[in-house]
Amino acid sequence: MLARTCLRSARSVAPVRNVASKTASRSASTSSSSEGAASSFTMTVAGSAATAVAVGSIAWYFHLFGQEAYAMTPAEEGLHPTSYPWEHLKWNKTFDHQALRRGFQVYREVCASCHSLNRVAWHALVGATHTVDEAKTMAEEHEYDTEPNDEGEIEKRAGKLSDPLPSPYKNDEAARAANSGALPPDLSLIVKARHGGCDYLFDLLTGYPEEPPAGAAVPAGLNFNPYFPGTGIAMARQLYDGLVEYEDGTPATASQMAKDVVEFLNWSAEPEMDERKKMGMKVVVVSTVLFALSVWVKRYKWSPIKTRKIVYNPPVKH
Amino acid sequence: MAGLASTIYNSLIRKNTVFLTTIFASAFVFELGFDSISNRVWDSFNQGRQWKDIRHKYVQAEEDEE
Ligand code: HEC
Repeated sequence: MLARTCLRSARSVAPVRNVASKTASRSASTSSSSEGAASSFTMTVAGSAATAVAVGSIAWYFHLFGQEAYAMTPAEEGLHPTSYPWEHLKWNKTFDHQALRRGFQVYREVCASCHSLNRVAWHALVGATHTVDEAKTMAEEHEYDTEPNDEGEIEKRAGKLSDPLPSPYKNDEAARAANSGALPPDLSLIVKARHGGCDYLFDLLTGYPEEPPAGAAVPAGLNFNPYFPGTGIAMARQLYDGLVEYEDGTPATASQMAKDVVEFLNWSAEPEMDERKKMGMKVVVVSTVLFALSVWVKRYKWSPIKTRKIVYNPPVKH
Repeated sequence: MAGLASTIYNSLIRKNTVFLTTIFASAFVFELGFDSISNRVWDSFNQGRQWKDIRHKYVQAEEDEE
């Protein structure tokens, strides 16, 4: 079918080409040159129109659906976070585990009263921020439900390393009720769950102005924060200088605490990062060496082919 | 030099079974060496940042009890 169509179109195009190239045409020919020009126009009309429609419809489609839609005002978008030179985000750097330990302290003493961290179990802290004994002691300070006993009663027991960090509220509804309708999100994966990651979180925590700027509308019960999309956030400013007392003597300024807790939350979202980066370094080293080797081996194997000479000896005429 | 190469060839590569053993053994040895070197490089990139660098500050109490 397709072949036949092609043949037919080739046949119909042929006389046009003859005329266009002004090859000598015999007077006996059925087409005079002026007729030929006219027919050349009519013959390309369909193709040109189809092309125009194709281009036009694609352009229209991209105009409608291809561009990013900015339906929000800048205030609804939120201020874009500053990009900070996070040491732990460099390709060859691990988390600073001293900072993680401080960040956990901030989480535990400040954020944990509203935010859960339920993807992190106590044992995950072991060998990352705390020793086994420290983690066990902290776990035991909290009560957990047991499995139902023979009477179907659920009792309480002390926490174990395998338990997740405790949530401050029984369920999301209780959390909303306690925070005038706003749910404090679980922080385990928050660094991955927000555009801007660490930068956004740091700016959010430290970006509360003393007073909302003139003209800004802050609904009752909300706080002004330019970095939060919409600028009205249900969480009030949490970090003030000297709020916690670091055991390692680091001055607990608001920005220091924000930096530490953000790094800790990055760890909780990517606890495998240290190992992953180390493995990545090894993979890159080994595969670049193997690549170089393979290039040399290829040259070696091809050298007889590349250097051969093909000689043509014409047959001798007798 | 040629003598050394032919010794290596004859003793490690010539017989297929021996060659296979050579490959496995050298992969094992290479992995050990490569890992320990790259771990050392990694630790020098990250001096003082990893848990093992700060662990001693927090395990003291535990060791005293024992
Ligand atoms: C008094 C309770 C409370 C405390 C303490 C608290 N938060 Fe919140 N937080 C909230 C509430 C409520 C929201 C939900 C805000 C909203 O949706 O308007 C929230 C939201 C957040 C968000 C999500 C913002 C977003 O982009 O959606 C992050 C991140 C956050 N908090 C981090 C922290 C950190 C880190 C701490 C500890 C330094 C902390 N919070 C302490 C109540 C709290």
